[in-house]
Amino acid sequence: MEQIFEILEQNARTTPEQISTMIGMPISEVERIIKQAEKDGTILKYRTTINWAKLGKEKIWALIEVKVTPQQDVGFDSIAERIYQYPQVHSAYVVSGTYDLAIFVKGNNMQEISSFVTEKLAPLERVQSTVTHFLLKRYKENGEVFQFPKEIERLPLTP
Amino acid sequence: MSHSDQVRTSDHFISHKVNSISPTGIRRFFDLLSSMEGVISLGIGEPDFVTPWHIREAAIHSLERGRTMYTSNYGLLELRQSLAKYLGLHHGLSYHPEHEILITVGSSEGLDLALRAILNPSDEVIIPNPCYVAYSPCTVLAGGTPISIPTSKENNFVVKASDIESRITAKTKAILMGYPANPTGAVMPPEELSKIAELAQKYNLLVISDEIYARLVYGVEHTCFASLPGMKQQTILLSGFSKSYAMTGWRIGYLAADQQLIEAMTKIHQYTMLCAPIASQMAAIEAVKNGESQIQKMIQEYDRRRRLMVKRLNEISLSCFEPKGAFYTFPSIEVTGMSSDEFTEKLLMEEKVAVVSGSAFGQCGEGFVRCSYATSLTNIEEALTRMGRFVHRHREV
Repeated sequence: MEQIFEILEQNARTTPEQISTMIGMPISEVERIIKQAEKDGTILKYRTTINWAKLGKEKIWALIEVKVTPQQDVGFDSIAERIYQYPQVHSAYVVSGTYDLAIFVKGNNMQEISSFVTEKLAPLERVQSTVTHFLLKRYKENGEVFQFPKEIERLPLTP
Repeated sequence: MSHSDQVRTSDHFISHKVNSISPTGIRRFFDLLSSMEGVISLGIGEPDFVTPWHIREAAIHSLERGRTMYTSNYGLLELRQSLAKYLGLHHGLSYHPEHEILITVGSSEGLDLALRAILNPSDEVIIPNPCYVAYSPCTVLAGGTPISIPTSKENNFVVKASDIESRITAKTKAILMGYPANPTGAVMPPEELSKIAELAQKYNLLVISDEIYARLVYGVEHTCFASLPGMKQQTILLSGFSKSYAMTGWRIGYLAADQQLIEAMTKIHQYTMLCAPIASQMAAIEAVKNGESQIQKMIQEYDRRRRLMVKRLNEISLSCFEPKGAFYTFPSIEVTGMSSDEFTEKLLMEEKVAVVSGSAFGQCGEGFVRCSYATSLTNIEEALTRMGRFVHRHREV
């Protein structure tokens, strides 16, 4: 069963019929498992990784370290929720180490991100401090390497 | 001097032996293919994976430390020790790292060494057909006579002990076989191997067993010939890192055999090759020690592609038995009524898909083509769609 998810994680467009052949499971069973997984949230979403830089439309990204004061009973959950509800927040994590929340924010330009930090994030009551790191270059994302020759040259015919 | 004179003069310098063997049937086709754009190639006999990073990194590190010298003729002891362990663990074999393993420049060198070390003029070597392109020419170059044993689709391209026995003569010195097989993907059933082992004992024959694809089997176990009772003394095991670790360009392989045989082969190796490149040996150590999880990943991926390709080939009437090893399928092209060469050439010109003509692997490969699934699923899908169109157009019935 895990194999189905591994295949879809690599390429969400693989059809149930292809998967059925690839792993030797009846197609109806593959379809049933996928349906169930979509329903119970094992499969959250089917996404496409786009290299926006190719279109000259790359968004500005920033990693923001956030120090917060945890709240009794709910710990970081409630403050995290207040932060991740903003559409600018792409990902949010509680982390161990010198700060508490790691937030990835996406914007059309630096101004947008800096407004978000100064006007929305920093003023939150339990936010003690923020450190903003703008992403300068992407090398690898979701297991995909950017700007790297995808096709390794092999001789077109070998014995 | 006219052009024809020049040809005659150069020809004069070339040995009869070399003149008697033909270049691989692939070469002319290769030139044609290289001149074309937009071709999907199912004709590639090497993994489409890049050597796993930890293995590449080990070689880089060894260069940084200045390890650029010759090694022992036998190869680095650490590599032989790791291999001895590996062969025990995965194939139940027991070879002494100091006396029974020789590191070679790819298993291709191993094949050459094995044949040259054992053959006297006109000794006969029994070889199943179709087979890897180098078996017969290397036998001839080593002074031997190749004796072809036909195998067929009806038997899933497995060589029968009874067919081998019928061709044994007083001159027969060895049986040379490569399973899992290139080009067919066939795997030998252990029962048939046992029968061949009995023959080897009965007629006192050596078996050169090319097991380069040993790790690439799907849903079956590979049996090493040397692991059969009494066979270690009568087997030269030929293997390497190219296929299982995606290390073709490193040119690194090994031979495992009884001490006397290893010494004989090392004699040739020390005068001709000296030793395998040290950076490749360092990479190989890392591969054997820590490469298992990567092998498993690649096997899983090949298996998925294999299932897909076999199903699609049969759907488009290129009937194909289920290959259980290597990364090749070997479908019959009977439905088109074409010869293998005609099929491959027309398919390339009309649909820009490259496959290898079965006849390049011997006369029993005629009527078949070799399709490699060491390429992405997207390529396989697209190639099979094009082939489907082609077959539909050229179907005889």
